[in-house]
This record gives sequence, structure tokens and C-alpha cells, in this order.
Amino acid sequence: MGLTTYLTSLSIAAIAALLLAAKADDAVFATHAWIFIAACGLAIIYQLRTLDSNRNMPEKRDGYLDGVVRAGVIATVFWGLVGFLVGVVIAAQLSFPVLNFDTSFTNFGRLRPLHTSAVIFAFVGNALLCTSFYTVQRTCATRLAFGNLAWFVFWGYQLFIVLAATGYLLGATQSREYAEPEWYVDIWLTIVWVAYLAVFLGTLWKRREPHIYVGNWFYLAFIVTIAMLHIVNNLAVPVSFLGVKSYSLFSGVQDALTQWWYGHNAVGFLLTAGFLGMMYYFVPKQAQRPVYSYRLSIIHFWALIFLYIWAGPHHLLYTALPDWAQTLGMVFSIMLWMPSWAGMINGLMTLSGAWDKIRTDPIIRFMVLALAFYGMATFEGPLLSIKAVNSLSHYTDWTIGHVHAGALGWNGMLTFAALYYMVPRLWSRNGLYSLRLVNWHFWLATLGIVLYAAAMWVSGIQQGLMWRTFNELGFLEYSFAETVAAMHPYYVMRTIGGIFYLLGAFIMAYNLWRTVVSPTTEKSAIVTPEGGQVAMSGSV
Amino acid sequence: MVKRELDEVSGTETTGHEWDGIKELDNPMPRWWLWAFIISIVWGVIYMAAYPAWPLITEATKGFLGYSSRAELADTMNAVQVSRQKYINSINALSLEEIRNDSELARFAYAGGKSAFAVNCSQCHGSGAAGSAGYPNLNDDNWLWGGSLTDIQTTISHGIRFEQDDDTRFSEMPAFGGDEILDRTQIGQVADYVLSLSKRQHDFENATAGAKTYADNCAACHGDTGQGDREQGAPQLSNVLWLYGNEKADIIAQISRPKHGVMPAWGERLDATTIKQLTIYVHALGGGE
Repeated sequence: MGLTTYLTSLSIAAIAALLLAAKADDAVFATHAWIFIAACGLAIIYQLRTLDSNRNMPEKRDGYLDGVVRAGVIATVFWGLVGFLVGVVIAAQLSFPVLNFDTSFTNFGRLRPLHTSAVIFAFVGNALLCTSFYTVQRTCATRLAFGNLAWFVFWGYQLFIVLAATGYLLGATQSREYAEPEWYVDIWLTIVWVAYLAVFLGTLWKRREPHIYVGNWFYLAFIVTIAMLHIVNNLAVPVSFLGVKSYSLFSGVQDALTQWWYGHNAVGFLLTAGFLGMMYYFVPKQAQRPVYSYRLSIIHFWALIFLYIWAGPHHLLYTALPDWAQTLGMVFSIMLWMPSWAGMINGLMTLSGAWDKIRTDPIIRFMVLALAFYGMATFEGPLLSIKAVNSLSHYTDWTIGHVHAGALGWNGMLTFAALYYMVPRLWSRNGLYSLRLVNWHFWLATLGIVLYAAAMWVSGIQQGLMWRTFNELGFLEYSFAETVAAMHPYYVMRTIGGIFYLLGAFIMAYNLWRTVVSPTTEKSAIVTPEGGQVAMSGSV
Repeated sequence: MVKRELDEVSGTETTGHEWDGIKELDNPMPRWWLWAFIISIVWGVIYMAAYPAWPLITEATKGFLGYSSRAELADTMNAVQVSRQKYINSINALSLEEIRNDSELARFAYAGGKSAFAVNCSQCHGSGAAGSAGYPNLNDDNWLWGGSLTDIQTTISHGIRFEQDDDTRFSEMPAFGGDEILDRTQIGQVADYVLSLSKRQHDFENATAGAKTYADNCAACHGDTGQGDREQGAPQLSNVLWLYGNEKADIIAQISRPKHGVMPAWGERLDATTIKQLTIYVHALGGGE
């Protein structure tokens, strides 16, 4: 795009948003229009201020486009800290309700979606964005397609996060779990996502390798499926095109089923398929070992993406959902167990011949723990989908414990490993600033997860049992308030676990920042079993 | 193009592909894994034959076990109903007094009432019925509207100040400050007099001055000695129990602009059997008369 066209279209977008702000039906919509104007303004100012340097330095077009990956790394760390911090805050609110501070802006109901979205979409989403851009270029031996479109994807995605987060705090939500942003934010994300798909597919198209690497199949499955889930679940009719409120196209049990088809596959494709793509690149690279089994990777890829999409109804067992759909959800969840585990098998077996590295290389340690938690969570998932187990576990903290074993253990730990792997390479450093701090991070995070998961297992099962305790005459034994009161010690324990995890993340942020700003990093290079240093792959 | 190599560590061939230095071994799928996968699929097929599974044009296949979650729920509820029917019939047939005197029936009614209380009443009165500021404690023998079995049954059935129910218990203390019936000094004096009724610390001069105001304005409902009047739901002032606080400031606030609690009429929401059980339970909490 020519410079003039670029600046003109930004200005037109800003003026259009100004009209929307002026005519808005409600304050939230106006605020969001102003945020959009500010984003356009910043883009224009940035472009004008860098005009001279652009002219003097013609853009290099031969190497990898790594600037956007670096930006993605920074965003991942930043949003990770935000997401974990808000998580600790709401965990503390559940332990001590006075921390809601009696205002609508900081109460649990608004902060909870802020936490889930910050972790799932901001932290994990940015991690997937930057690792997919990093690995697709290297495994295709080519630069990202469509020039600076990747930059639009990055900044467009950050704008989506800001619109979503401010919307929650100001009270705009369509009340669909993990799909809370209102209709116009959804449209914006759709535009960004289509651009993301174009960049990724375009890069695969112009690859200079004969085959497409297995990691890229998983990334592609994640991008395509999320687009489909996002569009269908967010089909809604706005009350006004100048206001936030909209009504879903679905109602009743169809609405619930669509929502959980979406909700479960957000887990399946964002947190599982995308992260398997990440695993398939970073584990063999860091271990310097070949992937264990090509055949297993093909079979489990197709099995996983075919089976996952049907498992959503297991969120609605023993509800108004027809029995046949409940059967479908449970059966496909059980059949999903082995295809999920194959990812863990392929990851862990890739380390055979490199197991000694677990003693010397803390990054490998992060990866092994991530795979272990992946295996644990993908066993627990099918278990919880069995109707008899679900009748005890559903609506209890067991579910919360399950999702955090997956998010903190699998997604968090693998993201940390990928960040530790990429940062020295992206900023051309010899190694990380401090391996000691990586170890500290590892143990704090591990301790945090163990505390969290253990507390939620005990509290969830106790809660489920208390709800179904009958006395000898067949009457319920406990009032709901009594079961809430009984959870208090576990909620406090969970908060402490969360604080450990957050502390670890702060240590990582510090370590990565020092890695980036330190010109010489001789004493703490990335360790290999031979005691040498890992060679840098060429990047620009 | 494809160059299969031998991996020295494992002694396995690679597939010959390579991406950014990553190769793939040509290992077979682990046999235990493959078998576990196949078994889970076979199990899935059997389960789908046994239970409702395949959606057809007008309805889904029913499965050879003939299971339905609605039927399961109906059966469970039915079984409970049948096991309780004997007691429920007796509760419906007998008076509250008769239920209380039949120890086995009273035990059942108490358990049912406790359970209904946990679901419907504990939100305001607390799990142990100890109440909180503005919500009466039901464990003591200090009753606003009476603590006999019939009094309690009436209160539960028709509620308090619940305007949709014509038979609701109703009383309203005037806003002596808000409606300027008394001035600030008088209210302060009455407050001290009220404190003196329950022998709490008070300003003697103020209380003496307040006695006359009390007799003129308050005694009609609360009684000459602050003994209260259950006919009108006027609280007793001469004991140590206070619904809205026992400090002088609390009492001044209540005289100036009184708070009036509302309790719903549960007769509209719960069946007569449950209300009788709740009555037995609340009556047995400690203060029943």
C-alpha cells in the first residue's frame, strides 16, 4: 500500500469513528469509538515521525519478518502479567469478599471475564500469534506473506484486547462465556483474524520446503477453526448500530449448545491444537532431537481435529439438552483421550536420547512439565465428561482446577519455554541473562500450580459431596451458604498458589528484559549437554 | 529429494524430511496406544447402541437399554415421594399440635422443615437461623408477631408487610423525625428513655425528660413499660435484643426514619405440607411457645 493511501484510509477511519462517537447511543460505545480514533491517530503520528528513517533505510525484504514476533513476545509477557495479576485479585475476592470494594468496576462479575480473556485471548493468543509467525517462517524457509499485513494482525489484535477489556469494566458484555465482547468488537476481531489466516496461508503457499511441517498443520487447524467458532457463536442482532447491546440469534437450548460447542473448542483449538503446533517446533529444537514418530503425528492430528469438534455437549450433561446430544458429547470426549495423549507421547518420546538435559537445561524442564500437565489434563477431561463423574463434578471447583491445570501447567509452562527459547535468538544475544532465575521461575510456577490444583480438587469434590449429602430421612443436609463457607480455606490456598505463579512470571519478565538490554551475556549462555552453546539460526 | 538417514541415538530411520533442522523418525505408532484408541472407539460404538444416540428425522434412536434422563429423574423423584407419602399424608391430615406430639412424625417434619429452611429462608435468617441486623433471630423466645405454632404458620404463609397478600402481617411505625412529629431534642430524650427501659447506660436527665414524650407517642404500641405488643408487631423495648442495633445512634435513627423489614408470603410459593414442616422446625429452634 502506498504511503498516501495508507494515511488517507487511516484518516477516513478516524473520521468515521468520530461520527460514531458523536452519534453514540451509550457511553461505552462512545468510549470505544474514541479508543479507535486514538489508535488511528497513533498510527498516523508513528508513520509521519518515521518518514525520514524509512526513506534513508530501504526495507529489507529478504530475511524473516521478526520485528512483529519481537512485538508479540513483549505483548505476551505483558498480557500474561496482567492476566495472572487479575487472577490473583479475583481469587482473593472469593476468599475475602470485602475486596470487591463495593463498586461495579472492580466487582468479581466484571473482573472475572477480564481475567479469563486476558489469559486466554491476550496472553495465550499473543503467544500463538508470535510463535506461529516465528515458526512458520523458519519451517517454510521464507518471509511472512503480504508485506506488513502481519503488523496489522498484531496491532489489530491488541486493539481487540483493549476494546474487550475496557468493555467488561464498563459493563458491556453479551454474557457468553469466553465470548463476552459485544457485536462490533466481534466484527473487528473477524477482520483481524481473516488477515491472520491470509498471512499464515500465504506464507505456507510460498514456502521453500517440499512439505508442510506438522506444527504448521496444527497452527492452521487452530486459525481456521477459531474463525468458524467465533463467527457462528457470535451471530447476533444489534439493538442499534450506534450502541453496544445485541441479542443472540439463538435461544434456549440451541443457544446453550452453540455456546458450549464454541466454549469447548476454544479450549480444543486455541489451547490444545495451537499449542501442539508450538510444541512440535520448540521441543525438537531445544532437545536437538528428531520428532519421535511421523506416523503418530499424522494419525493424531486428524483424529484430534475430527473428534474434538463434537465434544462440546459434555458441558451440558443432565440439562435440557436432548439425551442423544449428551451421548454424543460424552462418547466423543472418551474417544478423544488417546488422540490427545499422542501429542504428549510424541513430545516426551522426542526427548528420548536427551533425557539428561532435564538436569542441565531448565527450558527442557519447563517443556517436560508442560507435557506432563497436558497429559494429566487430557486424561482428566474425558474422565469429567463421563456422566456419572460429571454429576458430581459439574458446577464445582473441580472444573476450575481442571482448566487451570491445563492453562497454568500446559499453556503457561510451554509459553514460558518458547519465550526463553526465542528471546535470545530474536534479539541476537548469546543466551539468557540468568539461568538461575529461569530455575526460580520454574519452581515457583510448579509450586503455584500444585497448590492451586490440589486446593481445587479437594474443594471441588467436597463441594460436590456436600451438595448431594442427604440425611437419613432423605432431606438435603447442607444449605448452599454452608457449602460456600466450607470452601474458604481452599480459596485462600488457591490465592497463595496464584501469587507464587505470578511471582514466577515477574521473574521471567525481569530476566527477559535483562537479556534484551544486556549487550554481553557470556556467563550464562544456553546450556547444551556438551557444555557448549546452542547455535543461533540465522534471522534478520 | 528425500534422504532417509539413520538416527544414531535410537537406531531408527528418519523420514528424510527436514525443516529448520527438525527431522522426523519413522517410528510406528506405539501398539498400546493404537489398541487403546481402537478399544475406545469400539466402546463408543457399543455405548451409542445402548443409549439414545443417533438423531433421525423426528426423533433419535432410543438405544437398547431404553434409557432416558427424564425418566430417570421422574423415577428418582417418584421413589422419594413414595417413601415419604405415609408421613406427608399424616402431616396433611393432622393439626400442628398433633404433629408435634407424635415423636416420629415430628422428627420427619423437623428434618423436612430444616431442609426447606436451608433452601428458602437461610438467605436472610442465616443457616443457623441466628439472623443478622434487620433479620430476626429465630432461636430466641423474643417474638415480634408471636411464637405459637399457629402464629408462626401465619407469619410464614402470609409474610410481613408483603403487600400482594391481603392477610399479611402489617405494622408501620411513624417516622417521628422525617415527618416532624418530634424535634431532635425530643428524639434524643426518648432514645435515652428507651435505653433506660432495658437498663442500659443512659443520660438520666434526658431519660426523665423523655418519659413524657414516650408516654404520649410510643406507649400506645410499645406499651407503658416497653413490653411491646404482638398484636401490632410492636417490638419489646425492655430486653437486650435489638433488630436494628442497640447504640443510641441506632435508636435515634430508628425513631427518626424507621426501617421496616419485608418477608415474602411463602404460602404462594410453597405447598401447605412444606409450610407445616417449616413451622414445626422454626417452633423447635428454641423459642416455640
